Amino acid sequence: MLVSTETRLQAERSEVEDPSQLIPVVRRTALVRCNPLTKIAVALILMVGALLSIDLVSAGVVLGFTLLGLPATGLDLFAALKRLWFLPLGALLAAWGTAILAEKTGAVVIDLGLLLITTGSLDAAAAIFVRALALAIPLIVLASTIDPRDLSDALIQHLRLPEVVVVSVLAASRLLGLLVSEWQTLSMARRARGVAGGSILRRTGSLFGGVFVLLVVSIRRGTTLAMAMEGRAFGRPGRTWRRRSTFGARDLVVVVLAMGVCVLAIVAAHVLGTWNPIIGGD
Amino acid sequence: MSLPITAHGYSWTHADRERAAVGPLDLDIAAGEKILLLGPSGAGKTTLLHAIAGVLPAESGESTGELLVGDAAPDPRRGGTGLVLQDPDSQVVFSRVGDDVAFGMENLGLPAATIESRIPSSLAAMGLELPANHPTAALSGGQKQRLALAGIHAMSPEVIVLDEPTANIDPDSAEAVRDAILATQAATSATMLIVEHRVSLWLDHVDTVVVIGRRGLLAQGPPRRIFDDPALSEVLHECGIWVPGRHENRSPVEPADHTESEVLLRTRDLSVGRARAKVPAAVGLDLAIRAGEAVGILGPNGAGKSTTALTLAGLIAEFSGEVLAEAGLRTGTKHARPFRWPSAQLAPRIGMVFQEPEHQFLSRSVAEELALGPKLAGWSATEIDVRVSELLDVLGLDGLAEAHPQGLSGGEKRRLSVAAMMAPRPRVLIVDEPTFGQDALTWAGLVELFLDVLAHGTAVVAVSHDHAFLDAIGARRIELPASGSGVRVEAKRGARVD
Repeated sequence: MLVSTETRLQAERSEVEDPSQLIPVVRRTALVRCNPLTKIAVALILMVGALLSIDLVSAGVVLGFTLLGLPATGLDLFAALKRLWFLPLGALLAAWGTAILAEKTGAVVIDLGLLLITTGSLDAAAAIFVRALALAIPLIVLASTIDPRDLSDALIQHLRLPEVVVVSVLAASRLLGLLVSEWQTLSMARRARGVAGGSILRRTGSLFGGVFVLLVVSIRRGTTLAMAMEGRAFGRPGRTWRRRSTFGARDLVVVVLAMGVCVLAIVAAHVLGTWNPIIGGD
Repeated sequence: MSLPITAHGYSWTHADRERAAVGPLDLDIAAGEKILLLGPSGAGKTTLLHAIAGVLPAESGESTGELLVGDAAPDPRRGGTGLVLQDPDSQVVFSRVGDDVAFGMENLGLPAATIESRIPSSLAAMGLELPANHPTAALSGGQKQRLALAGIHAMSPEVIVLDEPTANIDPDSAEAVRDAILATQAATSATMLIVEHRVSLWLDHVDTVVVIGRRGLLAQGPPRRIFDDPALSEVLHECGIWVPGRHENRSPVEPADHTESEVLLRTRDLSVGRARAKVPAAVGLDLAIRAGEAVGILGPNGAGKSTTALTLAGLIAEFSGEVLAEAGLRTGTKHARPFRWPSAQLAPRIGMVFQEPEHQFLSRSVAEELALGPKLAGWSATEIDVRVSELLDVLGLDGLAEAHPQGLSGGEKRRLSVAAMMAPRPRVLIVDEPTFGQDALTWAGLVELFLDVLAHGTAVVAVSHDHAFLDAIGARRIELPASGSGVRVEAKRGARVD
């Protein structure tokens, strides 16, 4: 009985295709099946590896292993590329700023009067570029594999967060998705009433009108949802959980691997002499 | 298991009101009885249901007398009561069907194995043959209501309380929801209380009809006895209750021959789809909308009716093909396609009434709401005043000219949203399900409003499942097929497609 329940739950959690997810999960890999808390820990550990020092080596090691590990996340990588194109672009902008503004050491590469780029500032720019990606990608990718319901189970069952609060936030977050389509309808309704467009003053006025209506509608929705939840005995002591949030061997393996990458990044930077800590240092 | 419900002089008064929202009321409902609760709007039907379900927040008002479920005051945390509300969207708790059904059982503290075994059986009992990981966001309104019922079915409550569970869903799905409700009741033999405007849907399925007024109980008895009493059924009719057999005989208007009338809006090989949709919701529409004619757009859920309405109204771009305004409609605009018109040119020409009235209110008072359209269309102050008082009169909202639109009752909001779009006398008026969940009085008022604009030469395009309404305004019908595979035009009223 227990086994069959367990298998059914596993099967049920496969093919997770939630419209609200940033990147869809297409394969149920071992990493996807890890506890949400494990995933958060892994993201934090990898971030530490890239955060402590501004240099190409430590960030490069973290980013390299992250990219190597991407297939293990079971995400639709093509969709990921489509949704996250702005990440490298943002990192590039940060790098460009660094290249122009960083300390001018080393040989001059480009000198156009005001615009001076040296090998030193280029090194710093490269480090910033790789570091930005090494900080952002693990977090976004791992967060994408977390099912909100699994996370709330873990937060309540392991971290002992108050269940009424966690479940309420989870239920309310579903209403946020509705808000988007609500806003689209409101925009169309304003156009139909003749108040869309026109002078800036009028646009602003109609925008506030729209926000007010959205507020009215959301409060009504929220109140109804609270009532519906209360009506189904929510808040009664002794709640049980359909799913047990568990840790397995794979959780341990994943955390150890992440720590390995983190340590490797720091050691490599020290060995190659590029270690450039953000605090203390010199 | 089921519990009796009794009330002795029970009343509830909201904290900021003087008059009681419900009661004082004496009520005696036997265990396992199925009750249809009726009454005029403002009689406190919803408040009474909430009180029985135990979800009236104690701090927001005061009660007198006694209300007992079994032998104790109502308390939802006992887990004996199941509550279903009107709006399907606001009742879904979780993003997956299985979790949502499990929610109530988890709250009751049932063991995980029991929960797992009950999920599929409760879903099946409600006619929802869906895998437990099906996303709730992908369900239709009727399915969402049945999902809420599955959650209650699984809790096997002693009392089931339903507040207009079919008001927001189309009539074709309403019967499936009703059957799901009856299946839940049969499985649990719970005491059942339902508030619903559509009396005929329930008449043959309840034991007792309870009618409450603003001063307590008006009548209680078997449905036939209540409705066969001429004096009583007259009272019910005046309350806006759909007395069976009374409105069905409203004389329908034959669709007049408008083929000679001027064409206002024309579509050429039109396909419609929402923004970013990859496939169209409906295809192959070649329509001519003529002055003074009423056109009903029908079709099953997902046939693209609302999308068609929004496209005709110039609010979303055509998926392919064209919507074109003909000479009489496009005077003074640069483009033939309404979608290209700026908002200020669109509103006085094509009006669109949305399904939810709340969405289109922009003003602080009813009078301002009605004046907005004409004002934007550049009418003079006297013209506006005349138009506003004329509409207030037709709406029966004279006394509420200064009230806030968002504070009106459901029926008043619906009539106001239609009138506000009619105010600048657009030549084309497009409406999406104007009669959903309305009581008989509002329904009749809406019919009058539409007949009036039709007589003034406005074309009305109505997306509606309500055949009685389409008959009443003499609409010809356009039937959209389920798959978006072509369109059938019904010219004659007799050739109905239900």
